[in-house]
Amino acid sequence: MSDERFEPKIIAFLCNWCSYRAADLAGTARMKYQPNIRTIRVMCSGRVDPSFVLKAFSLGADGVMIAGCHPGECHYLEQNYKAMRRYEMLRHTLLAMGMEDHRLRLQWASAAEGNVLSAAINEMIEQVRALGPLNWPGLWSENGGHQAAIERLPHEHAEALEVSA
Amino acid sequence: MSEKVGVYICHCGSNIAGTVDVVELAKFAGELPGVTVSREYKFMCSSLGQELVAEDIQKQGLTRVVVGACSPHLHEKTFRRACAMAGLNPYLMQMVSLREQVSWVTEDKALALDKAKAMISGGVRRVQLQEELEPTPVPVNPNTLVVGGGVAGIQAALELADAGYPVFMVEREPSIGGHMAQFDKTFPTLDCSACILTPKMSDVGTHDKITLLSYAEVEEVTGFVGNFHVRIRKRARGVDEKDCTGCGICIEKCPRKVVDEVFEAGMGYRKAIYRPFPQAVPKFPVIDRANCTFYERGTCKACEKFCPTNAIRFDQEDSFLDLDIGNIILATGWDLFDARRLSQFGYGRLANVFTNLEFERLCNAAGPTDGKIVLRDGVTEPKSIALVHCVGSRDKTTNPQCSAVCCMAALKFGHLVMEKTQAEVTSFYIDIRAPHKNYEEFYDRLQDEGMHFVRGRVAEVTDAARRPEEEGKLIVQVEDTLVGKQRRLPFDMVVLMSGLQPRADAREVGLRFGISCSMDGWFTERHPKLDPVATMTDGIFIAGVCQGPKDIPDSVAQGAAAASRIQGMIARGTVMIEPVVATIHEENCSGCRICNNLCPFNAIEFLAEKSVSYINAALCKGCGTCVAACPAQAISGAHFNNQQINAEIEGLLYDAVRGNGGAPKPVAVPA
Amino acid sequence: MKYSYFPGCSLEKNAASYDVSTRAVASRLGMQFTEVEDWNCCGATEYVSLNLTAAYSLIARNLAQATKNTGLDQVVAPCSACYLNLRKADKVLGQDARLADRVGKALAAGGLSYKPGSLHVRHLLDVLYQDVGLEALTAAVTKPLTGLRVAPYFGCMIVRPSFHNGGEDPEYPTSLDKILKALGAEVVDYPMKAHCCGGHMTQISEDTGFEMIRRLIKGADDYQTDVIATICPMCQLNLDGFQGAMNRHFSTNYHIPVLYFTQLIGLAMGMAPKDMGIGDEIVSAAKALAKIGTAVEPEPAGPARRKKDDKSLPMPSRGGGVA
Repeated sequence: MSDERFEPKIIAFLCNWCSYRAADLAGTARMKYQPNIRTIRVMCSGRVDPSFVLKAFSLGADGVMIAGCHPGECHYLEQNYKAMRRYEMLRHTLLAMGMEDHRLRLQWASAAEGNVLSAAINEMIEQVRALGPLNWPGLWSENGGHQAAIERLPHEHAEALEVSA
Repeated sequence: MSEKVGVYICHCGSNIAGTVDVVELAKFAGELPGVTVSREYKFMCSSLGQELVAEDIQKQGLTRVVVGACSPHLHEKTFRRACAMAGLNPYLMQMVSLREQVSWVTEDKALALDKAKAMISGGVRRVQLQEELEPTPVPVNPNTLVVGGGVAGIQAALELADAGYPVFMVEREPSIGGHMAQFDKTFPTLDCSACILTPKMSDVGTHDKITLLSYAEVEEVTGFVGNFHVRIRKRARGVDEKDCTGCGICIEKCPRKVVDEVFEAGMGYRKAIYRPFPQAVPKFPVIDRANCTFYERGTCKACEKFCPTNAIRFDQEDSFLDLDIGNIILATGWDLFDARRLSQFGYGRLANVFTNLEFERLCNAAGPTDGKIVLRDGVTEPKSIALVHCVGSRDKTTNPQCSAVCCMAALKFGHLVMEKTQAEVTSFYIDIRAPHKNYEEFYDRLQDEGMHFVRGRVAEVTDAARRPEEEGKLIVQVEDTLVGKQRRLPFDMVVLMSGLQPRADAREVGLRFGISCSMDGWFTERHPKLDPVATMTDGIFIAGVCQGPKDIPDSVAQGAAAASRIQGMIARGTVMIEPVVATIHEENCSGCRICNNLCPFNAIEFLAEKSVSYINAALCKGCGTCVAACPAQAISGAHFNNQQINAEIEGLLYDAVRGNGGAPKPVAVPA
Repeated sequence: MKYSYFPGCSLEKNAASYDVSTRAVASRLGMQFTEVEDWNCCGATEYVSLNLTAAYSLIARNLAQATKNTGLDQVVAPCSACYLNLRKADKVLGQDARLADRVGKALAAGGLSYKPGSLHVRHLLDVLYQDVGLEALTAAVTKPLTGLRVAPYFGCMIVRPSFHNGGEDPEYPTSLDKILKALGAEVVDYPMKAHCCGGHMTQISEDTGFEMIRRLIKGADDYQTDVIATICPMCQLNLDGFQGAMNRHFSTNYHIPVLYFTQLIGLAMGMAPKDMGIGDEIVSAAKALAKIGTAVEPEPAGPARRKKDDKSLPMPSRGGGVA
């Protein structure tokens, strides 16, 4: 590990049927991707509890990926739609809590798409690398971190919060 | 009491060891909290490797095992079995993928080792929280439901019935037979399609073990493998099957003629009371209420008047049948591509452009022209016929897949044309696909018989003549790729080889049974290479074209394969349900019912008396969505519970240092 | 419904009746056109194959000029070539950043600028079909073209490529058929409706050009067409202007008038044929329109042609030789 470059740590939740097999396929095809990602197998992307994501961030992850089957192809028929809904809510919450976008990523990959998944992994690692380490306490410091976080919200939500200077 | 974890790092030859320093990794693992044994070995999946694990379990009293090797999809079963045989519950073993997920995808050896350490660390923490689980045996009901009475369904039903097991066959149309009953001859043998099919249809109709429910559909399916409950709607035929002798006088006397869109492919007529074809099984006719004078105006009743056994029942209503079924085979077949979607071929506009199914009916001796190949005027014999391949197949704008049967069908048509008429026949093809036994020889034969072949995709079929010779003809405009020229060829008749498509309601039907369709609409098999008749849902099988385009021999083979699998299960008598299921802890459940609608398998029900929700473990497939959704965390997912996954996260991030200065604390192992 | 109006070169001269009929019909149907100020030729078809930057700058200048009509973000072009060029330029400049950069510099040299995507370019046919709609058209019809067999001819450019054809089937488009039906005409199921008229082929190779025109006219004739309705000046010129030459080339005797669809709309709305520019066409529509009781004023007879063996001397025009 080089001392000059920041090496992010990313946790990925891979669903057993599609995305985990896609990762396996990337392996069988010897597609190389950066090692900054550490994978956890779950049976379905619908299993991913938002608390897992928060736990990962709080324990030192700089990014979290949730990967599942393409909508319409879920082994359990429709559970990836639920994962999708949770992801939207989670992303919105994390943005509101001052986290930068792109630290959480939802990725669809079918069992045949090893290349898609490895490309997505590489892309995410670079995005998170550019964002730097997750410095959550720092973002909420007294020196305007709170205001900066509000400003990062989508416009309509910031208005709803009616933050005064 | 703390656990005793044994960690085994596999070299997998040089597949892992070539990139990851396995000795160093085993040393690292040995120092993790809870680990008492840590080894590395060349091939853990070998019998010697497995014996290593077994010995340590017995001699060292290991209570947990972690194997760092290949993907769990390959050897999870192997190591679970090894543990079980050594006396350790198989669910107390965790596999960590060091090969597909680390050594094979990482270039830098040092970085690969770091990642491997994190993955092992995750596995070690997780395994200590894993629990003993036992699969549940459930009995298998010997009744089988076959949905679809085409040749695949018929084959499956006959094999099961001949083996002595009861079969219920449900068919949507008034008769079984499917598309094969519509054909004239079959390639490459040129057997008469009805002649080889009707004996089988007859066997189904008379078999003492088969209950044929025709003009019926499956309304609802509940339950799980070996124990399904199926509700079937028997539509009202308007005829009492107990009294009807099948004499057919009612059909003769019926004054209403209607275009037969289904069996005659829109080319012929039938009556309002009808049998789809003369050899229909069962023989009982059906009243098409939408086109019957009695239902429109209350008059006529000719059928009732003339029926010698008084079998007509105008007031008959749909009836329902509830069945207990062990296994289900879906053999629902296909729909023909609608050639009107490709307007350049003029189907529907130009009278003498036909589809392959229409042409089959023309050739069929029991068809609308008694087997004479004539133009749309019903009289004129064509002197030249064009066969356009790949209409709605191999086409990015409509269906990208090859429909597997049309090239052979075109050859068959060529032969029939030359046998029955004096016409010249030309095939316009991209490739001639003749893969199976005697197919290529059939192609040779047709070339010898004088069929013409032009290699090129037809651009347009038009009646706009450019030269006097083209007047009154259908012109096929094509690039003849072997000659390298654009050609315009005049024909009397053009037949479009329309492709095979999934049934329009395939997705809906699949969901009713709890299986899914792939993006292109065919039912999803468990494995396209190694398990084409099973689905992801235990107890539901698929056979025939509903799984993907194929010819009759393959459909028959799949029907037989599905039947054979089911016979195995019935013979065994019980099937094991995986214990990876969710459970609701009543004491923590507040009855909010958020989980109720999350299960596509309807495994969660609400117990009103107790005001709590309940999961039927036999129906639960273990996806864990409800576990994640419960706001009170009252649902636990076996083998993937919150504590286990959180422990795994902690292990994976063992080397992460937080911005606020602290390293995560090691996981507290429950006392 | 307000639009910027881009007539294009053809509508100034040989397709003047298209322009006249469009403007007349527009106001009746509630469309308000503001002509693009100081518009220039769109470059028609060949320029793009010679010099991308020059060609697209030429086209983009029109788009830039059109933005001067404040508040109007829709540009209507009755000519298929102008339409295709403007629409394509807007799309290409939006996708190719380097080209957009060079074109931007060219425009800037003239004090102009255009941001790709800021205008919606529409063909007149599309505007009449989508914005005005069949219902409004039917309601405006007072003299339905009953009994007149009309072949709808789209030409090739409006339906290809698919990014701008509004979902029409490029092999078998139907919007013009429906408009003609709304006018009460008997619509011919014209098999050549989306086939190319040959474009400039008459200038490059007469044999090819005339053959392409022959196919289209013959196709219409085979279906007993009274009038061919077009939406493009090039098609109209080929089918109408060159019909005589084509007849001579093939020794055929076709006489099928070719009118713009807006002329037919005007007729159906009870407007006078003269106000629609009817009578200017080379293959006269008089006989066809007489069939539905519409009288077309005959063209004023030009000076009678001088016979070969006429030895008479011309009449004086000014002062007998005085300059």
